[in-house]
Amino acid sequence: MLTDVIHVENLVKKFGNITAVDGIQLDVQSGQIFGFLGPNGAGKSTTIKILATLVKPTSGRAAVAGFDVVAKPNEVRQSIGLVFQDQSLDDRLTAQENLWFHAMLYDLPSTLFAERIENVLRLVDLIDRRHSLVRTFSGGMKRRLEIARGLLHHPKVLFLDEPTLGLDPQTRNAIWKHVKALREEKGTTVFMTTHYMEEAEHCDKIAVIDHGKIQAIDSPAMLKRMIGGDTIIVSGDDGLAESLKRAYNVEVQKVGSEIHFQMASGAEFVPKLIAGFAGRVKSIQVKQPSLEDVFLKLTGHSIRAQEGTSQDQMRQMAQLWRRR
Amino acid sequence: MRIAVKTIYTIWLREAKTFSREKFRVVSMIAQPLLYLAVVAKGISSAVTLNGNAGINYLTFMYPGIIGMSILFTSIFSAVSIIWDREFGFLKEVLVAPVPRWAVALGKTFGGATISMIQATILILIAPIIGISLSPLIVVEMWIMALLIGVALTALGIAIAARMSSMQAFQMVMNFLVMPLYFLSGAMFPITSAPPLLKALMTVNPLTYCVDGLRNIIFSNTLMTAGPFVGRSVVEAAMSFGLIRWSLVFDMSIVTFVAVVLTAAGAYRFNNQQE
Repeated sequence: MLTDVIHVENLVKKFGNITAVDGIQLDVQSGQIFGFLGPNGAGKSTTIKILATLVKPTSGRAAVAGFDVVAKPNEVRQSIGLVFQDQSLDDRLTAQENLWFHAMLYDLPSTLFAERIENVLRLVDLIDRRHSLVRTFSGGMKRRLEIARGLLHHPKVLFLDEPTLGLDPQTRNAIWKHVKALREEKGTTVFMTTHYMEEAEHCDKIAVIDHGKIQAIDSPAMLKRMIGGDTIIVSGDDGLAESLKRAYNVEVQKVGSEIHFQMASGAEFVPKLIAGFAGRVKSIQVKQPSLEDVFLKLTGHSIRAQEGTSQDQMRQMAQLWRRR
Repeated sequence: MRIAVKTIYTIWLREAKTFSREKFRVVSMIAQPLLYLAVVAKGISSAVTLNGNAGINYLTFMYPGIIGMSILFTSIFSAVSIIWDREFGFLKEVLVAPVPRWAVALGKTFGGATISMIQATILILIAPIIGISLSPLIVVEMWIMALLIGVALTALGIAIAARMSSMQAFQMVMNFLVMPLYFLSGAMFPITSAPPLLKALMTVNPLTYCVDGLRNIIFSNTLMTAGPFVGRSVVEAAMSFGLIRWSLVFDMSIVTFVAVVLTAAGAYRFNNQQE
């Protein structure tokens, strides 16, 4: 039987006048890989911080592994592993010392230390560097070590906040391999945030979040089906969008100079379009629906359009904190 | 309770380990007080005579104050490394761990105090060079004093750093807290001859009692070689000329009391921070 390992009800978090999380509701079942997809500043990290007991919600309820995050923070902390968006290793210690430190804080029996540390270091392929100072590691190695650390105490839920941000594709794939292997072997539930569409495809379920509100929750396949067919992207003269709307009775969205709309079978539609609008259409593309399209349809804007660097976001957060 | 003790030990060990890895910090920790002693104290001692003519030179007078200064700088620096940890993210790892946060604060407090004790030990070893004779009792008493004031000052630093998030704030702490604490501790001039306003400020400064206590401890095994008290204890001479103000028991009691209060305050403040 599947049980809800994360349960969130009407969660709200306000920083002054700004509502970062606005009435979120979701359930994550045991063993799922659950993705939180949205642009920076959408409230993803704040939600994770609430679930990880780092920030108290303004109102609403959240439970992780059956424990309320406000009433039983210690029990929650014992049940979760957390990999942060920004580095949280001590770079003056070696890889092994960082893990040892974590094992102490999570009260693992000392008889298990050596074995567990070796296992996680093998998992992320850092066993050869176990005695090197973390400050000598590359960004990807640090990230892998953080993931290893998050797994050390066999958490029921692993939170990954933008786990592959700024990593090269090779490392990104390796990390995904580890995450999936972990789910198979240990039944660990994974709750992750991302703003990479390709990454969201790996998830069993995705919650699309924008401006602190959940726009939809479903599997990637179901979300794409929601689009209703293929996406047609055309460019052409100024009045083209209006004309298309009238001619085919479709909802169109403008993205830059492009016009996006959905059609049941895109390939067969192209000849009709050319026949009807010869001379006015400059280019036509037919695309299988992607999560990018889902996001566009749900929120009315592209996820990339709002993207800032994580440093910008940190600055914004810092300002919010100071204002409190 | 077992978890709390384990946490205190773990955090303490981290402080000690990371400290030993920072060669620059170790070197500067030893070099800075020596510089003060060799340049400032030596320079001033050639120009001034203290409170009448007890026959105690300025260098001797200032030496315990230099030890007090070192403990002050080291302790506050240890505590303020919380801001560092916050900036570089490591603090999150600790805050999200299933351990009581007050235990983290205590571990940090003892870490800072330990480093202070190491530094005080190094500095006491140069005492014979400036004509002060040591004994095992002096070293033990000095360790106790260094531990107590190290705990008090690290805890004070933690109480302040618990709500700070930037390095600029750290600069402010150095300017508006650490330097006044040092100047008004009786390390550089005796409290008895200070003007009334300064005297009042010095009386509420816990470091004053630490420095006074250190003088009681460090001078206890040395006899006067000059002046009206020749052949008698330096403590006696310093006491009668107002270079030592209180008894060691009184100094120790005050410092112990302050250490307990500040430790509680530091643990409380750290415990109740968000993120």
